[in-house]
Amino acid sequence: MTNSVTLNESTGADRQGRSMPRWLWLLSGYLIAFVLVALIWEGSKAIFEIPDYKLPHLAQIAEAFVRPTPKGPVWLVLLQDAAYTAFEALVGFTLGSVTGFAIAVLFQRYLPLRRGFLPYVIASQTVPIIAIAPMIVVGMGRLGAPPWLSKSIIAAYLTFFPVVINVLRGLESVDRDALLLMRSYAATDNQIFRLLRLPASVPYLFTALKISATASIIGAIIGELPVGSTRGIGVQIVVGSQYNTFNPGFLWATIIMAALLGMAAYALVALAEKRIVKWKREE
Amino acid sequence: MAESTPIIAVDKVSKIYGNANASTVALKDVSLSIAKGEFVSLVGPSGCGKSTLLRLIADLDKATQGTLLVNGHAPDVARKNREYGFVFQAPTLYDWRTVERNAELPLEVMGRAKADWKPRVDKMLAMVGLRDFHDHYPWQLSGGMQQRASIARALSFDPAILLMDEPFGALDEFTRERMNMELLDIWQTTHKTILFVTHSISEAVFLSSRIVVMTPRPGRIATVVDIDLPYPRTFETRESPRFFELMTVVRETLKEEFVGHE
Repeated sequence: MTNSVTLNESTGADRQGRSMPRWLWLLSGYLIAFVLVALIWEGSKAIFEIPDYKLPHLAQIAEAFVRPTPKGPVWLVLLQDAAYTAFEALVGFTLGSVTGFAIAVLFQRYLPLRRGFLPYVIASQTVPIIAIAPMIVVGMGRLGAPPWLSKSIIAAYLTFFPVVINVLRGLESVDRDALLLMRSYAATDNQIFRLLRLPASVPYLFTALKISATASIIGAIIGELPVGSTRGIGVQIVVGSQYNTFNPGFLWATIIMAALLGMAAYALVALAEKRIVKWKREE
Repeated sequence: MAESTPIIAVDKVSKIYGNANASTVALKDVSLSIAKGEFVSLVGPSGCGKSTLLRLIADLDKATQGTLLVNGHAPDVARKNREYGFVFQAPTLYDWRTVERNAELPLEVMGRAKADWKPRVDKMLAMVGLRDFHDHYPWQLSGGMQQRASIARALSFDPAILLMDEPFGALDEFTRERMNMELLDIWQTTHKTILFVTHSISEAVFLSSRIVVMTPRPGRIATVVDIDLPYPRTFETRESPRFFELMTVVRETLKEEFVGHE
């Protein structure tokens, strides 16, 4: 919240002459968006007579969140599952980013390797992950790996690709004169890499990490869907869809929790970017 | 002028781009000798090979024929000896480095002792009038200030020669004239040899002790004009009759060359 405040201060000339309190002005966007979504939601439900098991009332979803269970209210249970999924995703995100970065660096430095391997890297993302996820989960389970690891592997699989492609572009993004400048100093290849290519790739890396952050959450959730998983927000989504007819609010509560998790992951990367990439013009 | 050995010697240098089927002669039989401490400008229209010549001297490109000597060495040796600082038309600052860190870049690459970076860079930034902006990022500076930072960077490691490729070409007239004055101040305090590429005749006359007039297709030297305007040059220099005479000499050379080709 503090971040959006400073941002609005620097660009806030358009606020002049308004008399509403500052906090209300800042929140008004969120309020308007929520009211609009709620109107469309409830409006289409009324007009098209959509039954509750297909689209519950917003109030039913809210009610599902606060309903008590033996393990505490539903929102707390879902939060715990989301935390578990977040852990799986974080391991996968880290693994995938590091691998992706290393692959991009190798590809940039050895052109033949890029020629040979890039088609496989691209092909890896055309495989429907939903089809191979069960194989990974079951296969790794047989090997005796801890249950979270297979989910992390799937998250890593979705994470590494945007990192490879964007970092590769970033490493190549340096302009000719910037390279000639290094040449004029008789810089070594390693110096050119460390002092020019690597820093030039950082904004591209963050573009990739923002995509990968949400992709890693999706990867972990997909890994939780096959039978046999016991923890995580993906498991709750499966449970929610099984009991949807009796309890239509619950499925949507799990979906909203999953969405919040993805948004939190994105926000964390965006915050890190703001801290680290200080040299960019403010947008 | 030529009694000591020249700091830059260019002998019958040609540069041909392309292959046997489609080739462009960028430079043909160019010979030029520059003494230590001179301020020489290469002037001419686009395609006359002035930037190409500068890049051959800097070993950023290789000559097809002929020999070049920079401070007594072949260009690649001179480059590895860090004999020159190069200033590009675009400031070519690294976005992620502050002004100070940009100016330190050559010192870092060349492995100079870290303790020497700051005093050296402080001095150069003071010389180009950017001391108060040392912690700014490039995007926070105007075009003129960015180019000043790039000049400070080129001077930071104290090379004997400054090679400048249309450094003020992208600046407005007022900023350009002020930068011209500042560059002359720097030249006179540091005693560098400056080789300066421009397509502005007035800029060349104002700055140089000698002007090399070049013409295109193929790129070659049409004439060399000694500029006998006394230093230090001031705003009044631009209004003196001799300034206009010299501008006319250069302009007439270029005109004759064009007429001669038609």
